[in-house]
Amino acid sequence: MATKSNKAVKISQKHLLGIQDLSIADVNFILNEAKQFIKLNKSKNKKLDTLRGKTQINLFFEPSTRTQSSFELAGKRLGADVMSMNIVNSAIKKGETLIDTAMTLNAMHPDLIVIRHQDSGACNLLSQKVNCSVINAGDGRREHPTQALLDALTIIEKKEKIQGLRIAICGDILHSRVARSNIYLLNMLGAEVNIVSPTNLMPEHIEKFGVNKFSDMKKGLKDCDIVMMLRLQNERMTSSFLSSNREYYEYYGLTPEKLTYAKDDALIMHPGPMNRGIEIDTNLADDINRSVIREQVELGVAVRMACLKIFCT
Amino acid sequence: MKKQYFLNANIIDAHNSLNEVGGLIIDDNGLVEAIGKKVNKNNIPSRKKVIDLKGKYIFPGIVDMRVFVGEPGYEYKENFRTLSNAALSGGVTSVVTMPNTDPIIDNVSIVDFLKRRGRDKSKINIFPTASLTKNLEGNNMTEFGLLQKKGIIAFTDGIKTIQNTRLMSRIMKSAYDLNSLILQHAEDLELSKNGMINDGIIATKLGLQGIPDLAELVIIERDLTLLESIKCRYHILQISSAKSVDIIKDKKQKVKFTCGVSINNLSLNENDIGDFRTFLKLSPPLRTEEDRTSLVDGLNNKTIDVIVSDHKPEDEEQKRLTFAQAATGSSGIETLLPLSLELYHNGSVKLETIIQALTSNPAKILKINKGNLTIGNDADFCIVDINKPWIVKKEELISKSKNTSIENKKLQGKVTNTFVKGVELFKL
Repeated sequence: MATKSNKAVKISQKHLLGIQDLSIADVNFILNEAKQFIKLNKSKNKKLDTLRGKTQINLFFEPSTRTQSSFELAGKRLGADVMSMNIVNSAIKKGETLIDTAMTLNAMHPDLIVIRHQDSGACNLLSQKVNCSVINAGDGRREHPTQALLDALTIIEKKEKIQGLRIAICGDILHSRVARSNIYLLNMLGAEVNIVSPTNLMPEHIEKFGVNKFSDMKKGLKDCDIVMMLRLQNERMTSSFLSSNREYYEYYGLTPEKLTYAKDDALIMHPGPMNRGIEIDTNLADDINRSVIREQVELGVAVRMACLKIFCT
Repeated sequence: MKKQYFLNANIIDAHNSLNEVGGLIIDDNGLVEAIGKKVNKNNIPSRKKVIDLKGKYIFPGIVDMRVFVGEPGYEYKENFRTLSNAALSGGVTSVVTMPNTDPIIDNVSIVDFLKRRGRDKSKINIFPTASLTKNLEGNNMTEFGLLQKKGIIAFTDGIKTIQNTRLMSRIMKSAYDLNSLILQHAEDLELSKNGMINDGIIATKLGLQGIPDLAELVIIERDLTLLESIKCRYHILQISSAKSVDIIKDKKQKVKFTCGVSINNLSLNENDIGDFRTFLKLSPPLRTEEDRTSLVDGLNNKTIDVIVSDHKPEDEEQKRLTFAQAATGSSGIETLLPLSLELYHNGSVKLETIIQALTSNPAKILKINKGNLTIGNDADFCIVDINKPWIVKKEELISKSKNTSIENKKLQGKVTNTFVKGVELFKL
């Protein structure tokens, strides 16, 4: 009971649907909690019993490797019973609506539902229909809050702060939930955010979210502390957003040469999975002095453990 | 039928430039016998039973130019009976039905069926449209001439737009020859592809694919350019943006055409979508507050001729989905007038302008003798308590589908009685 009342004081939301809903206090609370798990995840015995007896359902409507395994591992390390729903074999493929699926799962009394869905707002809809907490693992192009939180934690671990840093987010902003969540979070934490994208992949009125927008990498990366690259979906070529991979790489792919526009100690981030040779030079992606892509995955588990612990009902 | 006498009403009949306190006499055939200030206590035989309206308003029955009825094919959403009951409760006595049914209204034989159903099941006047192209495919035009002879009043692809410019010019030429009326839903379907709401800050925030106002503008510009050469009867069903208002205002100086707006776009904006409210997924989409006020200005300066309900009943299952999957459209025929009155109560639009856009203007465009209370015409009218406050409750809606865009909205003004051909078919 003590932990429950503690939770009520510390987090303002029942669900983790998006960074938009969180206060700075919420974010700091989650990040501080996550820091405690970093060490644990490196130790030999990684198992806790924080969520023993709790049921976590992972509901993934979209294919995902790292996010799904990260959430699964996070739940298991906290001692929860984790069930991952395979949508390909489920009733949803037979025409069941999201609300009906929600009602069915709700009847099984889960304590947490982690959802990824191709439609923006799907997690909001789900959260209205179930009793337990819902954690958004990515909805359409709207939000991917745990990704932004793990990105923030990675930056803090490496740069010791976020306040005052200049951070460039580059690539397909229009279709990116990672970009949106990061814009909200990094802005909230006091960074200056540059958005770099071809105009065809730039959302309307993005500047009203308090970012600087550029369609030129050279200008967008100038004096940046962090260069965050986004994945470019292949289908963007077929629908005429862009002409070709090679032209995209020429103008928007991160190369050692383009990285020189940023600060000398600028770090490279990428939410994965990467398209080597399209949005990022393959050697650069593996450069342990510049790239923190591996750390992002590592800290992802810690951040998700923190979120599961905090939001579990 | 007995003669009926109504006294002490505020009568607005824009067609006859009538805006005065007076009375209305309906003869024993359900026709208007006398109307206006000269109808008062002194010139009615004292033995007759008169109804004192005590300052309530009398408007001609509303002519709603954009209504989707589920018959045939989607009777579970709305049929002629439920539609007419809903319409009557909102003072609507004539509707123009869209051809987007199953089967689509695109040939003569289906029109016979439609007219029969309309006549047997509907209590209001049904004016059916047929599609511009067969099966709404945008390839081959329908038989405007033969369909007109069967009673089709206008042609439209309803929720679709002719994309092919050559076909559009040929449609206009045929419409010119046959004096047919084209009702265009203006939307470049490639620009709006997969779009759900206005392309702007809300779309970016909610992560929803946007529909740019350019999608509407390019079709309007294209059609009006064609219209300068091919002078057929042409009406834009509904516009949604400030840019559209500007171009229409400009083009109206040069070429003859008319245009409408949905009451949703006049009353709501994209912010009302809030946290993924699927009932506000509309076509055209709700746009910014600047767009909305621009539409209101357009109504005031006669750039916009008509207000429609864009009544599109959808069963709840089609709305209880994610925003991307949810059906488009809202049910609104019964709230068309009360919601329009909001524009009067908040001082944006004169009452006479609103009534004109709901009655005489659409009738004039459609060339039907409705939307007026001229002596000798059918007494289609409604009695309205324009100050009566009420709240829109989903469960109290009469339409078969409850997908209102204004649930729980506080409105001022309610229809208390509706008459068609002198018969009272709705009473509050």
